[in-house]
Amino acid sequence: MKKKGDKSLPGISTASLPDVIFMILFFFMVSTTMRDQELLVRYKLPEATEVQKLEKKSLVSYIHIGPPSLSMQAKFGTAPRIQLNDSYRSTRDILDFVAAERDKLSEADRASMTICLKADQATKMGIITDVKQELRRANALKISYAASKTLGYNRQ
Amino acid sequence: MAIDKRKTPEINAGSQADIAFLLLIFFLVATTMNTDTGIARVLPPMPPEDQEQEEVKIKDRNLFLVLISGSGKIMAGAISNQEQIDLSQLKDRAKEFIVNPLDADNLPEKVAKEIELPDGSKWTYPVSEGVISLQTTRDTDYQSYIMVQNELTRAFNEVRDEVAMRKFGVKYTDLSEEERNAVAKAVPLKISEAEPRNIQK
Repeated sequence: MKKKGDKSLPGISTASLPDVIFMILFFFMVSTTMRDQELLVRYKLPEATEVQKLEKKSLVSYIHIGPPSLSMQAKFGTAPRIQLNDSYRSTRDILDFVAAERDKLSEADRASMTICLKADQATKMGIITDVKQELRRANALKISYAASKTLGYNRQ
Repeated sequence: MAIDKRKTPEINAGSQADIAFLLLIFFLVATTMNTDTGIARVLPPMPPEDQEQEEVKIKDRNLFLVLISGSGKIMAGAISNQEQIDLSQLKDRAKEFIVNPLDADNLPEKVAKEIELPDGSKWTYPVSEGVISLQTTRDTDYQSYIMVQNELTRAFNEVRDEVAMRKFGVKYTDLSEEERNAVAKAVPLKISEAEPRNIQK
């Protein structure tokens, strides 16, 4: 074979690289949503097969339940906590929370407001039931137990 | 003024890729992609406090009790006939209870109801009176609770699928919204949740 060491190859043009990157950028801008709140609790969602997608994100309010995140554990311990908006709250604050969330929605949308319960899978039902009772009292009856989709249970 | 005849030098676009990368990385970090999924439920409304609590009488045959113990074991069955079952059996037991295929005496009774279809016609379907009562203890794990809720949902979904298949020839999820509401009326999702029992270990 012929050696072509002295003839230098022409460099590959990188002029279209920005276009490619912009394309990926626009894909991410369109397909993702902004992270809106900082999580103060850690949770691993339970798994289920019959999950439904939450339809309209603007109608959904979240209640997070789980042990405090690692940086908070020195101060708050590891007992499960309820996070509403950006702070730890007790079940007594749920009434106010639901009222505030409901006020944010327009009159027509209030009936379809959904509360999404994001709880750690190791949480005890006691705290969940307390939250549910408060939600009933606050008349926020449409709820969704957040769960990640799985194809089936792997039981030992 | 003298017109500059010289060509303007081209702006170097070499760093454009870096700027785009920076924006890309910002969006990768600051956004989330996962859509939330979950099991949807409607809680019963709280009775007014001044109203006297009326005991709703439900016939024994119309009640299917499911109790999840603190260790995640499941007891299920009619009131006087409960036994410990595995999670894998729960769906079929619940389905048998909802459908009552042989019109057995110890399974729920059915009341024929007229349901309006989107095309204006009436559809008479024997709607089951059965209620599944789900009870947990205060120290039941959320995961086992969700697993049981999931199995019960699966039972209802399968029954609805079968009814939709017989009536409309398509699966429940492929029906139009009005037809889906009609099937949901024929097979109502009746899961009643009592407050947890306080069982001391």
